[in-house]
Amino acid sequence: MNRDEIKAALLQQIGNIAPEADLSKLDPAVDFREELDIDSIGFLNLVIALAEQLRIPIPEKDYPRLRTIESALSYLTAATQRIA
Amino acid sequence: MGLFRMPSLGADMEAGTLVEWLKKPGDKVASGDILAVVETQKGAIEIETFEAGVVDRLMTEVGQTVPVGTPLAMIRAEGEKAMAQPPLSPALAQMPPAARPWPAPPRPPVLAALPGGEIKASPAARKFAAEHGLDLSGIEGSGPEGAVVFVDVEVALRRAPPGPAPRAAVGPEPQKLSGPEGMRAAIAAAMARSKREIPHYYLGHAADITASLDWLAARNADRAPADRLLFGALLLKAAAAALRQFPEFNGFYRDGRFEPSKSIHVGMALALRGGGLIAPAIHDTDQLPLDRLMAQMRDLANRVRAGRFRSSEMADPTVTLTSLGERGADWVIPVIYPPQVAILGAGTPTAEPWVVEGGVVPRQICHLTLAADHRVSDGHRGALLLRAIADLLRAPEQL
Repeated sequence: MNRDEIKAALLQQIGNIAPEADLSKLDPAVDFREELDIDSIGFLNLVIALAEQLRIPIPEKDYPRLRTIESALSYLTAATQRIA
Repeated sequence: MGLFRMPSLGADMEAGTLVEWLKKPGDKVASGDILAVVETQKGAIEIETFEAGVVDRLMTEVGQTVPVGTPLAMIRAEGEKAMAQPPLSPALAQMPPAARPWPAPPRPPVLAALPGGEIKASPAARKFAAEHGLDLSGIEGSGPEGAVVFVDVEVALRRAPPGPAPRAAVGPEPQKLSGPEGMRAAIAAAMARSKREIPHYYLGHAADITASLDWLAARNADRAPADRLLFGALLLKAAAAALRQFPEFNGFYRDGRFEPSKSIHVGMALALRGGGLIAPAIHDTDQLPLDRLMAQMRDLANRVRAGRFRSSEMADPTVTLTSLGERGADWVIPVIYPPQVAILGAGTPTAEPWVVEGGVVPRQICHLTLAADHRVSDGHRGALLLRAIADLLRAPEQL
């Protein structure tokens, strides 16, 4: 998967957690959990969905790297390449 | 033969709207099966039956809003003969009260004091009749001593010729049942009743949860995301396990007395996206191993947010826990949900300076709070309950 495909997957999964949010207006440099008011159960759902879709482990210690869309993209892209 | 009725899904619920039938006459049902979906102030709720058998007939139509206690369907035991009558309500409404196949509503109506010669009627029946501009003298009563009860007014209404509803000028328009306004009205009713009737007392205790968080991190490290536990699951389990020793915080205050509950069904307060909150129960919380508790917590949160949950989850939390999660305030002073008698609060865990063996060290602290009903318990026991929960959170491997 390339970066654009991963971005599409990430935004789709975030959209499932926060269906009412307009993700096109989401600043890629802000903490999206804060911005979209995603609680710990919502965030766990997001991690479960991404781990399944991208076939990567996403350990808990890496959660801070999923803070913004930008940082999440870098992390997920690197993680999928490592697996491939 | 058993009746499947519009259930009461909380002290504040008066009526619900039938949205969907999931079974039809002739279908077999087991106890726990979902028969219908009902729209209430709390959203769409799946209604379960506790009667096993065969659906004999449906007595309420999709789209109808009916009061709590109204029969929705008839369920006959297997082998029992089907009723001869054609299905649905109009036929039923034609029958004389004595022949009606359901007994008087579950709660015996309280008869108002009757000035000489006045018609006997329950207060609910009077209000309902007035709202619809019906004269009580024209209604045949089926209650004690021939008193007109709610169901009689309902039947009379259905008999009344169709036409513009003579909604008498009594009070404002009925509240909108669903959507954010309906939910706000439901919260307002429950919380106003709580603050009016329940003499709350409040306690707080700072719990050192470092051991819990360390244990969770180690346990989750080599597990797939779907098998990971959240601190919220530990909190629920610790609260439920501690409550076993403190029955005076688990149960209902009804009709002027406390009814302790043998089971511990902790209601989990969940904020809804877009506003409002709801606190459905996780059944037998204290009996569940952590993995299952976590799975149920996640399932419940997901279903609630998708707007689908079951009647039994709404109806019977015996106590509530409100947890502010990872990004909330330091502590909460919660308000009891009547008819419950206690609610526990948990603030957002934060690192704080803490004194351990004479030295100051950073520890992860969660501020636990309790609001409880002084008609039932006292602060001393409440403090012991909070300490018991904190002790359990210091030994998470035993949960």
